[in-house]
Amino acid sequence: MKSNETTSNSSTSVEEFDASFLVKFRTRLKDPYFWADWMVVFAFLLVVIIFGAIAPTKFLTMYNLNNILIASAIPAILVIGQTFVVATAGIDLSVSSVMTFGAVTFGLAFTNGWSVLFACLFGTIAGALCGIVNGVIISKWKINDFIVTLGMLSIASGFALVLSHGSPRQVINESLSKLAIGAVGELPYLMIIALVLATIAHFALFNTRFGTHVFATGGNEDSARSMGISTVRIKIAVYTISGVLAGFAATLAVSRIGSAEPAANTALLLNSVAAVVLGGVSLFGGRGTIFGPIMATILLQSLSNGLTVVGVASYYQYISIGSVVIISAMLVRTSK
Amino acid sequence: MTAAAEYSVEVRNIRKAFGSVDALRDVSLYARPGEVTAIVGDNGAGKSTLIKCISGVYKADDGDIFINGEPVSFASPEESRSHGIETVYQTLGLVEDLAIWQNLFLNREAVKGIGPFKFLDKNTMRQRSTEMLENLDVYIPSVKSRVRGLSGGQRQAVAICRATGWGSHVVIMDEPTAALGVKETAKVEALIHRLKSQGIAILLISHNFDQVLRLAEHIWVMRQGNVMAGMRAKDTNGDELVALITGASAGRK
Repeated sequence: MKSNETTSNSSTSVEEFDASFLVKFRTRLKDPYFWADWMVVFAFLLVVIIFGAIAPTKFLTMYNLNNILIASAIPAILVIGQTFVVATAGIDLSVSSVMTFGAVTFGLAFTNGWSVLFACLFGTIAGALCGIVNGVIISKWKINDFIVTLGMLSIASGFALVLSHGSPRQVINESLSKLAIGAVGELPYLMIIALVLATIAHFALFNTRFGTHVFATGGNEDSARSMGISTVRIKIAVYTISGVLAGFAATLAVSRIGSAEPAANTALLLNSVAAVVLGGVSLFGGRGTIFGPIMATILLQSLSNGLTVVGVASYYQYISIGSVVIISAMLVRTSK
Repeated sequence: MTAAAEYSVEVRNIRKAFGSVDALRDVSLYARPGEVTAIVGDNGAGKSTLIKCISGVYKADDGDIFINGEPVSFASPEESRSHGIETVYQTLGLVEDLAIWQNLFLNREAVKGIGPFKFLDKNTMRQRSTEMLENLDVYIPSVKSRVRGLSGGQRQAVAICRATGWGSHVVIMDEPTAALGVKETAKVEALIHRLKSQGIAILLISHNFDQVLRLAEHIWVMRQGNVMAGMRAKDTNGDELVALITGASAGRK
């Protein structure tokens, strides 16, 4: 969407190319928000160039690109929910364990004879419930979001373990495995689902009253309330969205692994917070895009994929991804 | 607006207590259309509480509010707003990261619908915002710019514009120039004059006596939850106001 805007801008400026265009361009470069919005694109190009130079025959292949996109799909869906939450100046630390909880409930429903569709719905509802509980406690009782979602992180993983008795359930289903490995051309089904959800999320944020109220709640809660916006309802809504998406992503996770695992995947949590920061969403709320965090998710997957491809031990990947997150947060902060 | 009513807003015998603290003991006052009515008083005199009762943020424990002579009762700020009462708080109520047009239309967004799906009608909102701001004698770069980049005076102008752009006939302003420089204060005062000439009743809270005497037609002095005095601005002076506010003068009613 962004690239379209720039091309249309530059095509009009061809006719009116004068000094004012240069001045505008220069002021854009000085605008810290410009960097917050576009940092992720530059970082992505940097990653592609570096790994492309080191290992062109391994990294820059269609097969590998496909791997990156498949690996990005689930974190991308989680990051959409996280973006809504962070846009209201909140944070959802429970996303990955809510997804695990969703996967276990999916597995439970499926192995008890439910169809994939209903099992998926069941997992999504389980995720939604976690989100609603988060949202209500945070907004109505005004308990710190960090504490509430940290508590939910533990509760959801606990329920996942209790319901599954601590062991994974095999889920064998033809349509699920098709979903996991299928693709339209080079675009995996999983990524198509993520992109469809991202497009809906983008429209919800930028073309509906709800989206404006999300940013208003995050930007200045008192102002939003004084204009009659129910910030309580908005907050419950964003945590619910995050829960719904985590519960839904669980189905995709089960389809990839072939079983419903009760083990929490903390890397996904780090990923979702990291991608939001990298993607230029302000942690203080009120600002952000969907494009940025999605791009950042692909960037982080490319980074860890690239490191694997060039043979860096996975232990170092944690260090590098953590560093990238902190550095990007510093870049945005200092430019403000 | 019903032309027959003498007062745009009138409150009679308003009481409001917070626990054991009587914020408003027995307050009666009014504001005429096309006039600036100032409410002055020390901190804790009850000015803000009174304003919040009129704007629907608080519900008075006792007493009546009349809008254009009609008795009303507000359960929420929206109800007050739907009666044409707008409030510009000291904090302005703007969202810095949203564009000017988004702030002007905050919670009043224009939408166009396809079935149950309603999408923002951004063009209409931007266009109307431009028209709303054209009336101001304050330079605003573009309705698309974010409020964060605006000066204090420009922000005040946007907030006042939002308050008056919806057919309101009562505008309450809480310390509109407290944070502004000399030049910007002059612009905002010019804006208040313009609103007055449109027949809007303006309730002004200000600590600045010079400003009150300069702008207001009518002045109410509050002290410890009571109205100490109400008089035409031309019949009083700064010394008397100070005496009434501090309690050195017993007041006149």
